[in-house]
Formats: sequence, structure tokens, C-alpha cells
Amino acid sequence: MAHRFPALTQEQKKELSEIAQRIVANGKGILAADESVGTMGNRLQRIKVENTEENRRQFREILFSVDSSINQSIGGVILFHETLYQKDSQGKLFRNILKEKGIVVGIKLDQGAAPLAGTNKETTIQGLDGLSERCAQYKKDGVDFGKWRAVLRITDQCPSSLAIQENANALARYASICQQNGLVPIVEPEVIPDGDHDLEHCQYVTEKVLAAVYKALNDHHVYLEGTLLKPNMVTAGHACTKKYTPEQVAMATVTALHRTVPAAVPGICFLSGGMSEEDATLNLNAINLCHLPKPWKLSFSYGRALLQTRRQPRRLL
Amino acid sequence: MPYQYPQKKELSDIAQRIVAPGKGILAADESTGGIANRLQSIGTKNTEENRRFYRQLLLTADDRVNPCIGGVILFHRTLYQKADDGRPFPQVIKSKGGVVGIKVDKGVVPLAGTNGETTTQGLDGLSERCAQYKTDGADSAKWRCVLKLGEHTPLALTIMENANILARYSSICQQNGIAPIVKPEILPDGDHDLKRCQYVTEKVLAAVYKALSDHHIYLEGTLLKPNMITPGHEIATATVTAPRRTVPPAVPGITFLSGGQREEEESINLNAVNKCPLLKPWALTFSYGRALQASALQKENRKAAQEEYIKRHGQPPRLSRKVHPKRSGSNGISISRSLKNHYTVFNNG
Repeated sequence: MAHRFPALTQEQKKELSEIAQRIVANGKGILAADESVGTMGNRLQRIKVENTEENRRQFREILFSVDSSINQSIGGVILFHETLYQKDSQGKLFRNILKEKGIVVGIKLDQGAAPLAGTNKETTIQGLDGLSERCAQYKKDGVDFGKWRAVLRITDQCPSSLAIQENANALARYASICQQNGLVPIVEPEVIPDGDHDLEHCQYVTEKVLAAVYKALNDHHVYLEGTLLKPNMVTAGHACTKKYTPEQVAMATVTALHRTVPAAVPGICFLSGGMSEEDATLNLNAINLCHLPKPWKLSFSYGRALLQTRRQPRRLL
Repeated sequence: MPYQYPQKKELSDIAQRIVAPGKGILAADESTGGIANRLQSIGTKNTEENRRFYRQLLLTADDRVNPCIGGVILFHRTLYQKADDGRPFPQVIKSKGGVVGIKVDKGVVPLAGTNGETTTQGLDGLSERCAQYKTDGADSAKWRCVLKLGEHTPLALTIMENANILARYSSICQQNGIAPIVKPEILPDGDHDLKRCQYVTEKVLAAVYKALSDHHIYLEGTLLKPNMITPGHEIATATVTAPRRTVPPAVPGITFLSGGQREEEESINLNAVNKCPLLKPWALTFSYGRALQASALQKENRKAAQEEYIKRHGQPPRLSRKVHPKRSGSNGISISRSLKNHYTVFNNG
């Protein structure tokens, strides 16, 4: 076993690490604006707007046309494929608008869930086929980071070790391919909050999942300094009758992370999952105040939590 | 699924005490055969009494060593020996604020089908032995695994087997209230360069921490004892980069072994490691045997030997200060401030 085949050159590593640092610099976070066509459909339907390409374009235009002060809090925006090639009403490409504001452009790379036979409805994620070519093209088109969401759920027997191992491996393959093409991979192993499990159980599962993810990343020679993590906060299941404070959520979350995420990872941007805007913010605040050692930047990668309110004004039109 | 350890707080307190600011470990656990070379080098017979006398010399050095010694690792027989005043050695160590540790592995054994690679034995009856050691005053333990850094080694089998063994040992220790020191030592076999050594160290440590997770080890109640990454010029960066990529922040401390380095080299290297500007969330300190003893061994009488031993302690511990970054998650200002203070200590010291 020799280090005869380095995965990346020094220059590649430097570029990746600089991109990652820019995204999470000075407390900045990520705006996840990468809802697929179907998901956008649900969102627009709630405000009685038809799900057309033009309406989706208009909605994103509202987000991206805010003034430059947005770059004080947003380091990166994740786009869906369609949005990367859309323009504002003046004909300017969205991705150029974002770059001019100093925001790093990212792209959702996974292609949805596929079932794992022999499990209790567990899934892995597709999207590895031709991924290298897609990444190379996206890089040319101005993208500097990618996102890939793996999903694990908690029940009596879930997540199974197969589901953990398979999703960790897929995340590692995706991360490796991204880095080969100059894209920083955001690694998203989401343990979803469906169910009635308590906080402690979520913490336990999150630790097992993250340990597997970081072992897989190591096995696949992924350069950790050029990645970001997008995990769930550790919370009880939606149907759990016991209620927890933001401080309890924070302690469980940071404990899980500090037992599994190496210090080399520059930043952790929490997903909002099923949380309300307010809860997501209160919890993130409590996490930053938690006294346990946190050698990574702790920030957000929110979609619904930042966008929910923005959608409401439309209803009044 | 969740697995409860009732003794979490006790284990974490033990680990924290060992690597408290400025403190490190004295490894005085040479086996009967192992100490023979050392005594022979000063023309002394390898008898039980001479071994007792020699350990006493180290353990009863005056209070000037107290701020430096977080823990002492002993060999089985030494645990049951006494000082001249009749106090058992564990009691002597505890009276100086140190944690008593015990070597519990039973040496390396070959792995068939490999090129001279090994695993380590000692798991049989380990739980009963740990329970007894705990009663007899030990609060931590050490287990040494050895991996060879050669052209085709370590093999995947060797890494997996040694990582698993370390995890089983750790699990059994924690069940008995003993904080395990995890020691995956990588021995150079022939020439190797720094990058290769760093690469292999990362692979080994990643496997170790995955195994510890699989075996439900409470990381806050463990310590890591790895080798520094040598040779030479960029030791500090390589030595810090490998654990940054593999050792979770929950591990309270990393106590470097001295391996083949000379006393001076070890102190200089530990200093450089602590000064490395990369963020290090664990305490970084020493677990030295020869580095603290070699010079003392050369002295002509007990008093001179103890003085020399105490003097050796002046070297590494000043260099083992932990930098506590109070990360707010949004700025690195507090980190640079603590790093600045850290450098000032050395510049003025």
C-alpha cells in the first residue's frame, strides 16, 4: 500500500480548499435554491401559482436580485440544473448575477432515490453515471461546488447497516468525482425526522452514519479540507411526544459531530429539514453557543427556512 | 440500539486529568526483558530489586515533577511493588496527582499470509484482569499495536485486524472503569518518505476510529498514543495534519510516543507540533519512556539521577499547552488570539 497514486495535485487541493473556505467565511451560509421541478410544484401550489418554467424563473429572480449586501450572509447558492441556465428579465444569467455579488455557485448533482431491495423501504441515491462529464461541464459553466443528498430514516430496524454503508459509499464516490473536476462536494447524509424516536436515539444514529461517511471518504481518498458537511441537526422525530429545548438539540448535535467529524473539515452547514424558520434559527444559535470544542465553522444551508416567508407576499397579489 | 455506559463521567474525568494543561505521561512499563537492555547499559544486573529501585527513583522524584505528570504507565509487576517507605507504587503516583496506568497487552503475534506483520494478543480474561487492576489502583491502560511501514505493508488485513483488536480492548477497559490509551504504532521498515508515512498514518487512524465507533467506544474517555510522522523537515505539519483528518475532536488528548527519537529531538518536535498553526482541538502532549529516562540512567547516584529526570520534565511539558479555541462558528479572531498567547509563552520561556 503506497501513496503512489495521489488523487489530487497540490494546486487542485489549494483550489478546493479555497472554495470551501469562501463559502463558509465569516459566518456565511448557503441558500439551497435547488428544488427540483416537482418540489417547486408543491411549493408554488400552496400559493396558488402554476408550476411553469417562467414562474420558477421569476421566483428565483426575486431571490437573486436582492442587493449586494446579501453576500455578507450568503457564501454560496445551490441551484437546480434548469436554474443554472436561466436569466433574469434583463437577460443576465443568474449564475453571473450571483458571482458578481461574490457568491459561490453550486449545483445539485444527485438524481433521486433508488430502493435497496431486501430492506424496509430504504434507499440509496442515483447519479454517478456520467457524473464526471457533468461535473466538468458545470465547472466550465461557472459552478464551484456540488451537492448530493443521501437519505436515511429511523425505525425499529432502520437504518440498516447496508443502508448506511451503501449511502456512505455513494457519497464518497460522488465526492471523489467532484474533486477530480474542481468542484467542492457538499456531503449531505440526512437522517430524516420522520418517526417517534427521541433525541438520544437520533444522536446515536447520526453518530453511526457520520462515522461511516468519514470512513468512506477516507477510503476513497477524498481531500477533507476541500469538502463541506451538510448534516441534519439532531432532533427528536416529528411524532415524538417529548419536547426538547434548543439547548438540548444543540448539545446532542455538537456531541454527535465532535465524535465523528474530523477537524480538517472546514465547515458544517446544517440543513433545515422539517424545522420551521424560527426553530432552525434558534437551534443554530444554540449550537454556536454550545461550549463543546467546535473546530469547524458552523452555519446553515437552508432552503425552506429562508424561503417560506418570502413566498407569502405572492398570495396578496 | 443505544448502548449505555454508566461510567462515562468517570472515564472522561480520568482522560482529562492525564492530559490536563502541561501534563503528559511517563511510560515506565518496560517488561522484564525490555528493561534488561537499559540496566545492562549502565552495568547493572537485571534483578527484581534493581528494577524496583530504578522505578522508585523515577516515581519518588520530588514535587517539582508533579505539574508535569498526568499519568504513569506501569508493567504488571511494578504495580505491586513498593517504595522503601512501604507505600505501594500506585499510591506514590496518586499522591503526586498522577493517574496510574497499566500495560495490558501480551505482545505481538504473527498474522499468517502476511510479510511479517502482526496483531497483538491479550484479550482472553481481559475483563477480569481489568477489574482486578481497577481495584488495585489503576485507572487507565495501554495496548500497543504495531504496523510496519514498508513497500507493501501495512496490508488491509493488518490494518483491519489491529484496529478491531484496539477497539475490543478499549471496550473491555471502559466496561471496567479504565480509560484506554489506544496505541497504533507505525514502525518504519526501510526507507520511507514523509508523505508516505503521513498517508499510511491517516489510513490507519481512519480505520481505528471507525472500529472504535463500531464497538461503541466512548471517545471522550480514551486517549490516543500515536507516533509522530518522521522524518524531518515538515514533521509538525504532517504530524498534525494526519489526526486533523481522522481523529474526532471528542478525543481529549493525543500523547505522542517517543519511538526511535533522541531526547532532544523529541522535545523539539513536540514543541514544533504544538506551535503548528493548524487548528488542533485535542491536547497534544507526550507519553515518553526513554526520552525522560535515558539521561537520568547515566547519572552516578540516586540524587543526581532524580535531578536529571526532573530536568527532562522541564522540556516537554512547557510545550504541551493545549490551545483552547473558543470557536463561535463565525470568526477566527478568538483562535488567533489564543494562538498568539500560545506563541508568547514559548517566545518568553
